[in-house]
Parts: sequence; structure tokens; C-alpha cells
Amino acid sequence: MSLATTNYLTPTGREEAWRFTPLKRLQGLHDGAAIDGQRTSLVSKAALPSGVNFVRESLQPLASSDDVIIERVRGLTDDVSHLSIAANCELTEPIFLGRVLGALETAEFSRVRISLGAHAVATVVLENTGDTVLAEDLEISLAPGSSLKFVTIQEFESKSVYTARHHAVVDKDAQFKSITITVGGDVVRILPTVEFTAPGGSAELLGVYFATSGQFFEHRMHVDHAVPHAKSRVNYKGALVGRDTHTVWIGDVLIRAVAEGTDTYELNRNLLLSDGSRADSVPNLEIETGEIVGAGHASTTGRFDDEQLFYLMSRGISMENARRLVVRGFFNEIITEIGIERIQERLMDRIDGELEKAGV
Amino acid sequence: MSRLEIRNLQVSVNTDAGAVDILKGVDLTINSGETHAIMGPNGSGKSTLAYSIAGHPKYTIVGGSVTLDGADVLEMTVDERAKAGLFLAMQYPVEVPGVSVSNFLRTAATALRGEAPKLRTWVGEVKEAMEALNMDPAFASRNVNEGFSGGEKKRHEIMQLELLKPKIAILDETDSGLDVDALRIVSEGVNRAKENNNLGVLLITHYTRILKYIKPDFVHVFANGHIVEEGGPDLADKLEANGYADYVSK
Repeated sequence: MSLATTNYLTPTGREEAWRFTPLKRLQGLHDGAAIDGQRTSLVSKAALPSGVNFVRESLQPLASSDDVIIERVRGLTDDVSHLSIAANCELTEPIFLGRVLGALETAEFSRVRISLGAHAVATVVLENTGDTVLAEDLEISLAPGSSLKFVTIQEFESKSVYTARHHAVVDKDAQFKSITITVGGDVVRILPTVEFTAPGGSAELLGVYFATSGQFFEHRMHVDHAVPHAKSRVNYKGALVGRDTHTVWIGDVLIRAVAEGTDTYELNRNLLLSDGSRADSVPNLEIETGEIVGAGHASTTGRFDDEQLFYLMSRGISMENARRLVVRGFFNEIITEIGIERIQERLMDRIDGELEKAGV
Repeated sequence: MSRLEIRNLQVSVNTDAGAVDILKGVDLTINSGETHAIMGPNGSGKSTLAYSIAGHPKYTIVGGSVTLDGADVLEMTVDERAKAGLFLAMQYPVEVPGVSVSNFLRTAATALRGEAPKLRTWVGEVKEAMEALNMDPAFASRNVNEGFSGGEKKRHEIMQLELLKPKIAILDETDSGLDVDALRIVSEGVNRAKENNNLGVLLITHYTRILKYIKPDFVHVFANGHIVEEGGPDLADKLEANGYADYVSK
């Protein structure tokens, strides 16, 4: 059922939230020009264990959004693909979600919900692949004491556009860990956002992006510490190669006046592997109370370290292999956090392949 | 039998204030099985000699030659020098985040031997090399030089020396930052490599104490960018007694 009657404020590129994004390459997702292909591409890739359900149903949003594309998605559909994991259900194997039915001519407007009941424990892997123009409102609800590792892998084909908000609502003592890997697509813009609704929660947002040959990847975090005694960690690492390749990392962390005992640290590192690439990195920590455990941020953007390359080459390793080792090592810290060998190897092989193709 | 020949080597380094001459004509010949100690005060250019031979990009060769068994070392890339049989044990080994010691060693061995070592024998080789240097097996899964103590870094360098089996090794202040026990363990590693591989050694040091463990055949005194005196092991005793004052004021 379409509710597309609102007058959305189409971004012009002058807004803070849109100042880096190449609007012309969004295939009309932001200004209403994209045609709704009425697709639902999200599927479960294997039989689900007991306590886990995956259904389409009508759901109200968990949290408001000021992102114009998310508003459009919500205006177009209240049909939500809902993966729910029952209370006290402790899954030992990951749940794999994937995509079917992609298309470039029309767009998909998607709403997704992942919800964990109290004390549930799960790993959910979402493998984003194929040709697509996709705007997605993905919300995650963690009930008290639950724990989720949420892995998303953006391995879209080269003409695809993906704009999404991945929003987690973390209740009392719940643990949220996201690993966001972005390696494929023409434009990928993800808003990994977190809000804590009760004390004792933790959120760890990890990410890797590897952009080549003109790709645009944007990751715009927002962590809202609106309750006392929550902990957040952000660590994103990116590498860029090729002319007009552009990545953006924004780390907004807000510690509100009531959020005493907050413990937060955010980190972004970028490795520029060739000329002509640009990495924007903007940590932004807003602190409204001094009664906190800790708050900090760091951001670096640099080229290959000559001393590292010299050390490796002085042991007989060729320049090409030395660079490959350094890049693999750079990403290794986060990729190994996925904990699924098959996926880790596939990603490392892809990175190797891209490096080779780019002639680094 | 290998021979490293350094002839009239002149090297400068680029600084903000322009090029500065560091090496002002160095002559030295090292044969397999020989141990040469290069001793000298801080800032005399000892480390520049080591890094220039290994091919560090920071240094510019202004004149002279370096050959290994007649092949022009200065024309080789850094990795080609290692493949030709040169090894530099560094004073400050570099951290490589995310790359495990075992992955690094295997990649280096593969490059130097021209094929990947057979997994079964390789695991044994590494284990043996680590045990000989009193290293914890957990060391292999740590990232290269990351969070290593000074002593661990030097043991790791000498472990590579034993595993990679070069013809000529340059040890740049390998003794610095080592306590007595670590100095003995590391020295024994160098002596094993000499014995097993007929290694030629260029041992760069500021102090004489390592020479009690690694016996030099020749001692060269280095000051102001060149060798100012040469002799046998007894020259080291003289330096121990008198220091470098005589040479610095020259």
C-alpha cells in the first residue's frame, strides 16, 4: 500500500548529510525519479532452525529517520521482511540471508527487520549481491540481554546502487556487533546507526571498504548515547585505488547529558593505494556530560609505509607481494572478526584480485 | 664460497637542508666464513653502510661499487639483493600489522627458495629455529614485530637469519637493548648460522661485549664516514680500553 503523498525535501547536495554523495549517480532514489519495480529481493538461503522465523508482514518503524530516502521507502511500503529469533534461542550456526531478482531498470524499496527476543544469541550474515538499485530501511531490535553479530557484505555488481540505513535499537545489557564489508557497487551509501534505550548495552561497529576504479562508498555512523552506562566502539578501515575513487566515513557519536558512564572510542584508517583517489574521514564526537568513562576518536589517511615495504622486501619478498601482504594485514584485523572462514577467504581473494587488476 | 666487495662507496642522504654526505669512500671485502666487526662512535655512518648495502630508498649512492660474487648489488632491487644472498638484521625491525610471523616467514622462504616449502618439513624447521632461540611457540601467530619487546625483535631477526640461510649477513647493532642472557642466545644463533651455512658476517656494533660471543676475524674502526683503522681481534681490546676518542678527533 503506497502512502507516497508526503512532499519530501529532495536533497540538493548542499545539506550536511548529502554534501559528499554524487546525487546524479543515485538513479533517482533520492528525488522520486526511480520507478518502483515492486520487488522483494531478500531471501533466506537455507532452512531456518527452530525458534527462527522469516516472514513478510506489516510493521511500524522502530525509530524515526531524517534520511529522505528512508522516508521515501516508508512512504512506499509497510511490508517488511522480518527475521525474528525467539527469546532464549541460542543459535550455534549463522543465518544466511541473500538477494534474488535484481534489476537495474527499476528500483527496489525494501524494509527489513531483524529482531532478537530476550537473551537470544545469533549471527546473521546478509550477502548483498547482483545488479540492483536498492533503497533499504533495515532495523534491528535487540531485547534485553540478547546478543547479535550482524555481518553485511556489499558485493554488488559494478552498476548497482545501494542506499540504506542499518539501525540498531539496543535494550538493557544487549550486545550488538556489526561488521560491514563494502567492496562492490557503483554507489554504496550506508548509515550504520545505533541507539541505546536502557543502560548496560554495548555496540561494536566494524567495517572494511575497498573502493576501486571510480566507485563511491559512504559509511555514515551515528551512535546515540541517550542512556547511562552504555559502551560503543567504532573501527572502520578503507583502502582506495584508481582515478576518481571516493570514500566517505563519518563518525557521529553523541553523548547526551543523561548518558553518564558512557565509554566510547571511534577509529577510521584509510590507505591510499594510488593517485587520484580521495578519502574523506570526519570523526565527530559531541559530549554533553563530563561524567563518562572515556571518549575518543582517531582518523588517519596515508599511503604505503616505505619502512614496512623495505622490511618485507629485504627478506626477498617482491614489491607486489609486499604490498599485497600489507593490504591483507591492514584488513585482516576486521575481516577475521567475521569468523566464517569461507567468507573471509573469498573477501581476501577478491581484494588480491582487485589489487592485481589495478596494477598496485 | 661467496665474496661481498665494497669499493670506494660514497652515500648521501636527503634532508630538509639538502643532500648530506654520510659515507665518504668505504672499502671492505667479506668472504664466506669470515666475521668482520665494524666498530665506531654514534653518527659515524655504520648504519648507513648497512642500509645502503640492503638498498633502503632513503639513501643515494653517489659513487663506488658493491658486488656480490661479481654481480652489481647496487643495480638490484631490495628483494633481488635478498635473493642474491644478502641479509640485514635490523636495529629497529619494523611492525607489520595484521601479518603473522608464520605467514611472513613462509612468504619470505617461498620467495627465496623459488617454491613454497613443503608444509610438513617447514613446520618442523620453524619449530626447531624457535626452540633454538628460546622462543615461545605462540610467537608464530603474533603479528610481525607488533608489541615485541626489544629482545623478541632481535631473536626474530636471528631466527630469520637461520631459516633464510643467506650467504652474507649484516647485523646492525643486534646487541643493542639485549640483556646478558638474550645476548648469549642471539649470539649462539649467529654462530650456528656461521657453522651450518659458512655465513660471512658484517657485525656492526658500538660496544665490544658482543665480540666475547661472536669472535671476529677482522676489526674495522669506522669514523666520519669511512674506515680509519683495521686489525685483528686485539684491536677490539684496544677500543675497549681507550674508546673512540683517538679516531673522532682525527
